[in-house]
Amino acid sequence: MNELISIRNLLIKRGSRDVLRVGALDIPRGETLAVVGPNGAGKSTLLLALAHLLKPASGEVQYAGKNLREWDDLEYRRKIAFVFQDPLLMDMTVEDNVALGLKFRGVDKTESRTRAETWMKAMGVEQLAKRRAGQLSGGEAQRVSLARAFVLDPELLLMDEPFSAVDPQTRGQLMKDLSELLAHEHRTTIFVTHNLKEAAQMGDRMAVVIGGELKQVGAPKHIKGNPVDGSVNEFLRELQIDPVASLQGLQ
Amino acid sequence: MCTCLPVYVPLCTCLLVYCPTMTDILEITLLSLQVSTIATLVSLLIGLPFGTWLALGNFRGRSFILSVVNTGMALPPVVVGLVVAMTLWRSGPLGGLKLIYTPWAIIIAQTVISAPVVMGLTAAALAALDPRLQQQLLGLGASRLQMIWMLWREARLPLLAALMAGFGSVISEVGASMMVGGNIRGQTRVLTTAIVLETSKGEFERALALSALLLVITYLINLALTWIQQKGQRR
Repeated sequence: MNELISIRNLLIKRGSRDVLRVGALDIPRGETLAVVGPNGAGKSTLLLALAHLLKPASGEVQYAGKNLREWDDLEYRRKIAFVFQDPLLMDMTVEDNVALGLKFRGVDKTESRTRAETWMKAMGVEQLAKRRAGQLSGGEAQRVSLARAFVLDPELLLMDEPFSAVDPQTRGQLMKDLSELLAHEHRTTIFVTHNLKEAAQMGDRMAVVIGGELKQVGAPKHIKGNPVDGSVNEFLRELQIDPVASLQGLQ
Repeated sequence: MCTCLPVYVPLCTCLLVYCPTMTDILEITLLSLQVSTIATLVSLLIGLPFGTWLALGNFRGRSFILSVVNTGMALPPVVVGLVVAMTLWRSGPLGGLKLIYTPWAIIIAQTVISAPVVMGLTAAALAALDPRLQQQLLGLGASRLQMIWMLWREARLPLLAALMAGFGSVISEVGASMMVGGNIRGQTRVLTTAIVLETSKGEFERALALSALLLVITYLINLALTWIQQKGQRR
C-alpha cells in the first residue's frame, strides 16, 4: 500500500460549529502536498487534525493503514513533526531548541548533539548554536524551527505557513532551500500556504480548501484548467496569480 | 557596604534592645521561618499542579473555579484562622488529631492562605503563554508531562513571583497564627504574634525591634529570589 495517509468523510467541529469537511483525500508516501485556500478556510485545522491534535467529530484519518483512533497518541506524534507559522522556540539556546524533540524521545546526548549539528548546518544556523532563541531574527528563528523538525527524521512533516512570518527576501531564500531539501529527501510533507507560487514550486499536488471544505486536489495545472466549481475558480482568479505560469516559470 | 545598610541597622537595633532574651528571639525567628517555609512549600505542591490544571484544562465550571481561587487569593487570615480553629478544635471534625495550638496548626492555616495565591498566580502565568506552545510541544513528540514541564520552564520567572507572593502572604500574617497557634511562648510564638503581644504590653521598642527583624528576613528572602529571577531574565 502506497498511501501514507487516507482520509474519509472527515468532519472537524469546534464547539457546535463545523469547521472542516474532507470527503476523501489520499496522500502517497514521499509526496509533497500544498494546501491552499483563503484565510480562515480550514487549512490549519486540516494540519491539526492530521497531527491528531484535533479529534474528528466523525469520519476517519488513516495513517499507514491504521485509523488514528487506534494509534497510541504519543507513538503517532513521534512519527511526525509539526512546524507552525511562528517559530515558537523555547527560551533556550539554538542547539537545545533543535535537539528538543530528540530529548523528548530519550535519544542520548552525543547522538542528539551530532544530529542537531547536522541539521543546524543544513539550515545554515550552525554559527548561532550557542545563541538564545530570543536573540534571533525572524528568518533565523524559522530556520531553527525547520531544523528542529527535520532533526527528528519524521515520516510525516506538517508545516503551517512556515514562511509567513519572515520578510520577502528571507522568504525567497528559505523557500529555495526547503524546496531543494524536500526534493532531495522525498519525505511525505503537507504544508499550508496561501501563496500559489509557493504551492506550485514546492508541492507535487495542491489541495484547495474553501469555506471549511476540501474542494479539489490535483496538480496545479489541472486545477487551473478544470476548477471543480465557481468558488475554486474565483479563489484562483482573486489571487490574480496563475499557478501554471508560476510552475512553468520555475521550470 | 551601602546595600547592606538596610540589613545591618535594624538587626543591630534589634540585638541591642532585645539582648537579654536572645534565645527567645532566635526561637521565635526560627519557628517563623520554619512554619512559613513549610506552608509555602506545601502550597507550591498543591498550587502548582492545580493552577496548571486550571490554566490548561478545558472543562465545564473552569471559570467558576478560577473565580473561587482568585477570591481565595484575598482570603482574610482571621477568617482562615477561625475556620481552621473550628476544624482542629477538640470538639471539631479533626479535633482527634490534637493539632490545635501546635506549629502544625499554624502551618495548616498558612497553607490555606498561601495555596490560592500560588494557584491563582500559576494559572495566570501559564495562561499568559502562547496557547500554540502546547500544540507545538506535542507536535514535537512531547508526552503530556514533558509538555507541562516545558511550560513551567517557560513560565519560570512568573512562577517564582508566585512563590514569592505565597511566602510573603504567610510570613507577614498574624490573625490565623494567633488563633490556631495561641501565641504560646517557646511553642507557637512566631514573629508576628510576638509583635502583637509586645504592643499590647506597651513594649513598643521591643515590638519595633521584632518588626525590624521581620522586615529584614522578608527583605533577604525576597532579595535572594529576585536575584534568581533577574539572573533568569538576563540569560
